Amino acid sequence: MTESVQIEGEALAVSLRSVTRRFEGGVLALEKLDLTVQAGEFLAILGPSGCGKSTLLRMVAGLDRPNDGSVRVGPNGLPPRGGIAYVFQDPHLMPWRNVIDNVALPLELRGEAKSKRRSTALAAIERVGLADASRRYPNQLSGGMRMRVSLARALVTEPELLLMDEPFGSLDELTRQMLDQQLYELWRERRMTVLFVTHAVHEAAYLSSRAIVMTRRPGRIILDHRIDLPETRGVWMRTEPAFMKECRVLYKALEWGAA
Amino acid sequence: MRRSWQVIWPPLVTFVLLHALWELIVRRLGVPAWKVPAPSDIFRAVVDRSADLMTATAHTSAAAVLGFGLSALIGVAAGTALSSMKWIERAFYPFTVFLQTVPLVAIAPLLVLWLGYGLASVTVSAFIVSLFPVIANTLAGMRSVDPGLRDMFRLYDAGPLRTLFKLKLPAAMPNVFTGLRIASGLAVIGAVVGEFVAGTFDQQGLGLLVQSASRNLQTPLVFAAVAAASLLGLTLFAIVNFSGYWILRRWHASAR
Repeated sequence: MTESVQIEGEALAVSLRSVTRRFEGGVLALEKLDLTVQAGEFLAILGPSGCGKSTLLRMVAGLDRPNDGSVRVGPNGLPPRGGIAYVFQDPHLMPWRNVIDNVALPLELRGEAKSKRRSTALAAIERVGLADASRRYPNQLSGGMRMRVSLARALVTEPELLLMDEPFGSLDELTRQMLDQQLYELWRERRMTVLFVTHAVHEAAYLSSRAIVMTRRPGRIILDHRIDLPETRGVWMRTEPAFMKECRVLYKALEWGAA
Repeated sequence: MRRSWQVIWPPLVTFVLLHALWELIVRRLGVPAWKVPAPSDIFRAVVDRSADLMTATAHTSAAAVLGFGLSALIGVAAGTALSSMKWIERAFYPFTVFLQTVPLVAIAPLLVLWLGYGLASVTVSAFIVSLFPVIANTLAGMRSVDPGLRDMFRLYDAGPLRTLFKLKLPAAMPNVFTGLRIASGLAVIGAVVGEFVAGTFDQQGLGLLVQSASRNLQTPLVFAAVAAASLLGLTLFAIVNFSGYWILRRWHASAR
């Protein structure tokens, strides 16, 4: 795996060139999509259901391949495994493992020593505020807690590229705001590249430094917009005129794309 | 404690009432014991022939446990192999169904031909009848692995062995135990039926005991041997069931 070596702690850039993905049965998910994401950027991806957002993310992760075009991740184009983390729509935890062992899974698959695994996993669990629940099993946790475990598992490897597919979509508003806040602070601190798929306009505007809006299938980008908001963000900001303005821009494009 | 008592007493009452009724009818109608023995006749046979019943049970359980063990090992291995590649499953799975449809009594003479009379043939007979449920359930369990977790393992570049031991096998455990529970009862049936054809009198199991007792019209002893075989199956089932509960208790709904 020499070709996927990367400098420790360096965020990964992503570039898609003329990417087309057609599924068996002829469904065209993406057609000739071009997208470049700078290293360290927080990109929100908005679009109606079934516009190929998840397909895009899966291809960046290397879990799916385009029928045509190229997907390049990092300086030499090959996605360095372990440098990428993926948070799915659902938590997808292992029900037979407690929280620590679930969070430690990526480290385990990397072959790290057990004692180091535990301390790193515990740190990640503390970061998402679940230190008290570290010995519990998934069936003893609420939906929001499970999602936080999933987030901790993604962060435990200190990824340079974080892919998130509507991660907080099924949570209540308060939990979601709290996790958004935590995620944003984490990004400010670590500056990894984030691709964040969401339905929620205000979440996109709150979190991202740049947002794209996609159309219905086949997904195309109809708006590529830099979010013009100060770097210090908080819940208070949600009623500010500047924030509302950004939301309005995104809403309009989303409506247009869904039509 | 109170709850276990609530579970135990209804079947216990049914058991006692049914046997009382049985005793009453047999005595009233004056049915001879060689035709339908009363529970008291059977009880007497159990006491009188306890040594024979014990050794026969020991022989049958040896074959049943060995056959079940083979089924567990080979069934899980085969189910895993079948699930590993689509083409392997397509090529071999249809034939494993034969295991379920093969008439055991008909192939037992072949086993005798190949392995001779005695423990080996009886064990293989127990193995053959109990294998299929383990394969089928293991396969079902491996197929039902959460696709999101599969992706997770792919994302972190986990090899096939790691994926097997850390993901597929643990995820399949509830199904594997379903298969093992079914197999435990079948293994005892397979052993008893196997003994009918392949048993030897110097290692007389429950199957042969049933056969010889019925030939001599010792019908109470037949009933006693049948009861012993059922108890053996029940015991094996209980052991497997409890192991499953113990292993899955923390996370699976079946163990709640």
